[in-house]
Amino acid sequence: MKALCAAFVFSLASIWSGTAFAAELRAAVLRIDYQKLAPISRFEKSPTDLAFAGAALATQDNQTTGQFLGHKFELKTVSTTPEKAKDALGSLRADGINVIVVSANADDLLAIADAATDALVLNAGAPDIRLRDVDCRSNVLHITPSNGMRADAVAQFSAYKRWSRWLLVHGSNSADKRLADAYRKAALKFGQKIVEEREILDTGGSRRSDTGHVAVQRQIPVLVQEAKEHDLVIAADASDVFAPYLPFHLWDPRPVMGSAGLRPVSFNPASESWGGTQFQSRFEKLAGRYVTEADYDAWLALRAVGEAVTRTGSDDPTVLRDYMLGDKFELAAFKGQPLTFRSWNGQMRQPILLYDGRITATVSPQEGFLHQFSPLDTLGLDAPESKCTAFKGGN
Amino acid sequence: MRIFVTLALFLVFTPAQADRIFVSNERGNTVTVIDGATWEVIKEFPAGLRPRGITVSPDGTKLYVCASDDNLVRVFDTRTFEELHTLPSGPDPELFVLEPNGRRLYIANEDDNLVTVVDTETHAVLAEVPVGVEPEGMAISPNSAFVVNTSETTNMAHFIDTQTNTIKYNMLVDQRPRYAEYTDDGKRLFVTAEIGGTVSVFDIAEDGKPTEAGKISFEVPGVQTEWLQPVGAKVTSDGKWLFVALGPSNRVAVVDAVTLEVAKYILVGERVWQLAFTPGEKFLLTTNGNTNDITVIDVAAQKAIRSIPVGQQPWGVTVAAGIK
Repeated sequence: MKALCAAFVFSLASIWSGTAFAAELRAAVLRIDYQKLAPISRFEKSPTDLAFAGAALATQDNQTTGQFLGHKFELKTVSTTPEKAKDALGSLRADGINVIVVSANADDLLAIADAATDALVLNAGAPDIRLRDVDCRSNVLHITPSNGMRADAVAQFSAYKRWSRWLLVHGSNSADKRLADAYRKAALKFGQKIVEEREILDTGGSRRSDTGHVAVQRQIPVLVQEAKEHDLVIAADASDVFAPYLPFHLWDPRPVMGSAGLRPVSFNPASESWGGTQFQSRFEKLAGRYVTEADYDAWLALRAVGEAVTRTGSDDPTVLRDYMLGDKFELAAFKGQPLTFRSWNGQMRQPILLYDGRITATVSPQEGFLHQFSPLDTLGLDAPESKCTAFKGGN
Repeated sequence: MRIFVTLALFLVFTPAQADRIFVSNERGNTVTVIDGATWEVIKEFPAGLRPRGITVSPDGTKLYVCASDDNLVRVFDTRTFEELHTLPSGPDPELFVLEPNGRRLYIANEDDNLVTVVDTETHAVLAEVPVGVEPEGMAISPNSAFVVNTSETTNMAHFIDTQTNTIKYNMLVDQRPRYAEYTDDGKRLFVTAEIGGTVSVFDIAEDGKPTEAGKISFEVPGVQTEWLQPVGAKVTSDGKWLFVALGPSNRVAVVDAVTLEVAKYILVGERVWQLAFTPGEKFLLTTNGNTNDITVIDVAAQKAIRSIPVGQQPWGVTVAAGIK
């Protein structure tokens, strides 16, 4: 039996070696899973194939195109722990894989990028602004929209609605504080006023027990009572501790945006515009579930690479990176306009969908926010603001 | 009384033959029928789930509708609006093109990366041709030798040899190609790219081989270029003028098909999608998905002359000439 297997493997190998592909792209998704509490809403439970399913769809899409051009696309998916991430990266590199989509936190992403400087790393998961700023790396392109892009998307809509007085409610963990800071900057950038801030401490309490809502119903109003007059509550809760409870437990009845209420997302399973229906049905057919942001980001990362392979006919990560950062690159991604990359920090330009959990209520950039180069550059760090120097002299 | 009689006589002697305009309403699940002489809506009838692609048989008797969410093509009588039968289409048919002799129907299956070839007489599926991701636009060369399919995520125009039902040429175009249109002499092909914002122009050799001849781009002062999204297109039979529907910019571009320069932009309804000429190319009709109407453009004057309310989210439009 073993001999038969060996013979089979050998025959496959001979078939492969007999076929010369014009380009052969071997990519991987490296996902680091962290210990964390279950989400407040079980609708947001992570599926085991999170991000992998999106990457698989992109590979399928790329291969369908590749068949006409003699290009071959392969995908490897690895989930690992923070401790084992280095080894996981090592085996991918040993396997000759040099295009890697990473779903990890900022520190781990940087460690991976610095351990693989000759690889093309695509950030699909870390929204931290510093990765596009002082901590940028020339071999990292950011697919996931930054917290700055998301906060700006909310601020533009708030300005459009003239709901310009904000009560900012943020969590007590460092990620919550960084997110709150993104909202402070966005308020300043778009002329919105934070009339007051409130912090909700993460006490590790019972946020999701059966009777949790009884306590929540009593506690939340107290925490936000008697705030200065405001039009809008902005929630900055990166830790998923309290935000989903805000909309119906406030002291003053006000709309909520940010981490709850109207949320800035890269994509959502309700989006049907711009051909989105086709994407949703292709994804659901493949994965047997609704799409998540992580899946869309992974799909987008590998579609961007695939588009670069299609247009350049190359599988060299340097050639692909340069093409993606160049003027000729553009990608249709069910968001109504071509997506491109910022050549000064590697961030993908893209519209942000404002999603209420059922529908896309609106899409930023909002009409009227203009920019000398692209309205999409009204979201997130613009060239003069970014302290990123790794791309200097870029395109 | 005399007036009444005159009126009655007039009604009786109105020419019995008239053009009928059919509009597929994607969200309304209906087809709206409009009288081509009076511009009056005659009827709106159910046409299956998510009707999009719509065309008429060469003899004007049959109306074919892609009922996308029913996964089939519905065939209606253009006089009585009764459903005659259905045709197998493969999953999620979006757009199709009928052979000039009316025999074969070539259907783009958006969800399955296929073009399905169906015999309209025997109702048999003759072939399934694998193409790129999200096939949409469909065109057939005037001599029926090639069918062109555009695939929206692969960004190619696939040239399918109709003798063998296999792809002979693949041409890369810009992002999200939506529609393909041959000139009547078969010497040129236009492919619109919605997200790329361009129209690729190909010269077509005697043997059907395409060579890229240029690209048309669009610019309207005060309108963001992102909104100028080419979707449907029609070229006049003399090959002189190309009309391009520009989606969310609510405009139809009038392009000199020889110099490839835009001569004019005509303001129409919102989210203008597909186009059709009336017989003799006197008028051009546009479906406007967000305003739920169609705009009538006077082709010679290059002016919008009226709009007609139809069903919910009109998608495609076609005209049957001289219905008795």
